[in-house]
Amino acid sequence: MSESAIEVAGLTKSFGSVTAVDHLSFSVDRGEIFGLVGPDGAGKTTTVRMIAGVMRPDAGTIMVDGVDVVTDPEAVKPRVSYMPQRFGLYEDLTVDENIRFYAEIFEIPRKLRIERAERLLAASNMLQFRQRLAGQLSGGMKQKLGLTCALIHAPRAVLLDEPTTGVDPVSRRDFWRILFGLRADGVTILISTAYLDEAERCSRLALLNEGRVLHCDTPASLKAKMPGAMLAVISPSMRDARDLVAKLPGVENVLLVGDGIHIHVDDAARRIPELTAALNAAGIVFEPVRQVIPSVEDLFVSLTEREEKAA
Amino acid sequence: MKLRRVRAVVVKEGLQIWRDRRSLIIALLMPFMQMLLLGYGVNLDIKHVAVCTFDRENSQTSQSLLKHFQASSYFAVKHVLDSYKSVTTALDRGDCVITIVIPPDFSERLRDSGQSSIQAILDATDDNTAAVATGYAQSVVSGFSDEVQLQFSGIGGASVAAAAPLSLEARVWYNEDLDSRNFIIPGVVAVVMALVGSQLTSLTISREWERGTMELLVSTPITSMELMIGKLLPYFAIGMLDATFCLGIAVWWFGVPFRGSLATLTLVTVLFLIVVLSIGYLVSVTIRTQLGASQIALILTMLPTMMLSGYTFPIDQMPDFIRPVTYLVYSRYYLTALKSIFLKGSGVVDLWFPILIMLLYAAAVGTWAARAFRKSLD
Repeated sequence: MSESAIEVAGLTKSFGSVTAVDHLSFSVDRGEIFGLVGPDGAGKTTTVRMIAGVMRPDAGTIMVDGVDVVTDPEAVKPRVSYMPQRFGLYEDLTVDENIRFYAEIFEIPRKLRIERAERLLAASNMLQFRQRLAGQLSGGMKQKLGLTCALIHAPRAVLLDEPTTGVDPVSRRDFWRILFGLRADGVTILISTAYLDEAERCSRLALLNEGRVLHCDTPASLKAKMPGAMLAVISPSMRDARDLVAKLPGVENVLLVGDGIHIHVDDAARRIPELTAALNAAGIVFEPVRQVIPSVEDLFVSLTEREEKAA
Repeated sequence: MKLRRVRAVVVKEGLQIWRDRRSLIIALLMPFMQMLLLGYGVNLDIKHVAVCTFDRENSQTSQSLLKHFQASSYFAVKHVLDSYKSVTTALDRGDCVITIVIPPDFSERLRDSGQSSIQAILDATDDNTAAVATGYAQSVVSGFSDEVQLQFSGIGGASVAAAAPLSLEARVWYNEDLDSRNFIIPGVVAVVMALVGSQLTSLTISREWERGTMELLVSTPITSMELMIGKLLPYFAIGMLDATFCLGIAVWWFGVPFRGSLATLTLVTVLFLIVVLSIGYLVSVTIRTQLGASQIALILTMLPTMMLSGYTFPIDQMPDFIRPVTYLVYSRYYLTALKSIFLKGSGVVDLWFPILIMLLYAAAVGTWAARAFRKSLD
């Protein structure tokens, strides 16, 4: 048996003339939280679906827990849990009825189901909503219920497709707390996300763009791969600031973030004084230029841009 | 196949049906409405044919004969006329379909020669009604006396053949009143069951696709067969309830004589229900939108059942190249079986052929439906 929990090689899937997933390869170790990160249309959903055995790849191999998903998709289904991007539970059934339905489908003994449901619902602060129809839950609670149903059969691996899209911050925190708890229990987690702040919580990341893996490493090593430095300028007139600094020498790219801009430069020590002078000369109000640790978002933009320039 | 998973689907589907109260009420009321609508709407009996009389003799005998027409429920005497001119006018205006003219020497000839004849003038533009009216007139006259003959002349359409000197006496079995309702109503039951049965299941899979619940379901270890059986069982219960309503309305509301056994009736009904539910399910598996599935199910069940099962058009009067097609129409077998059970009291042994065909049909469509379901998003 291989050491990896999930092993994907040469995975390819086309829809008509569009190649959604293009010779994708990566492997996920047991008990790690592996993130698939990329913009919409990068092929995240298609990849997760193929690993879950609900969509057949055109080419490539997928091994999950020693089972060949491509040749025997049914064999993988009792071992993993898949949580689709769109809410997949029955809105006209209550929280308890949904949990019970999935527990029965996975043939979980009644006693075990009651015990697990209690624990999982408590962990996601949902105990008081057990009799509520799933359709009447908030977006965040729906996702937590989805996770509860996905975990009711104690799978070896969990495949989550953008589980926190449109979820309130409190539910998101609950959600991640449960995921960290799972990792502690040795469950392998594959999560796709467009949120880069979430990506930083993963043990390893695969950066996806147009169906291909750009880079695959830990968030820290990925950041180390980024040459130069990231500078932050907080300014009320961030758009003017962006347009100005983008033309300066040594600036790789500029990104609007929250209350200011992130500037990717080749050399921090040399460029900070130059930038400060340029902004002052233009009469732009700003707080002192600081060097910051690049976020995954910065990294993603800089890596994809470099990729595009190279192409 | 794991019974536990089948049970889980039954419970889940049952809860969903129960919570979707409006659809449930429609599913239970639809057969009522359709039974009454189709049961009353279709009636091949021609009763109260408009008749005018022109008595040129005005004797006791002639009046007595005309009273027979008044008394018959087949006829409704509209006008009493006094000239041939008014006869023409009445027929032209469509006041009546048939006019009975009694000649001035009617009772005289009957007394002298023991034989006499009266004249019937018909509006034969609707030749079916004219033919039926002729038959009725014949029977009214012969009920009055064997010695009176009816002479016909038609206007407006094909000439009506003169009465034969010999009369053909038909004895009617099984439906002695020749009440067309008695053989139409069992047909209506088949039509309604085909429609309701396939509609019940036609949405069950497409609904899961549309609501996005199928993506999660196909990621579980459930098998196609478990899903199908689990989904069909609750609808089977509703279908049996609907069948009970339909058959109850046939017997107690429309008064169709029921001569067979309840066991035979139940057997053929269960088989037919399995066939139509499976057809609905097969459509649901194939068509991923609810609207499309519902439409296709309607076309696949209503059309052949109405047109080719022998419900509207007798099979032996169909063109030669159409007739073999009717063997493929599953409703044909239920229709045949129902009519036989109701009117003849046929048992399982008499009905072995339709029962066998329905059994094969149920097995074939069921297997096909189970296989047609792909546990995949492609």
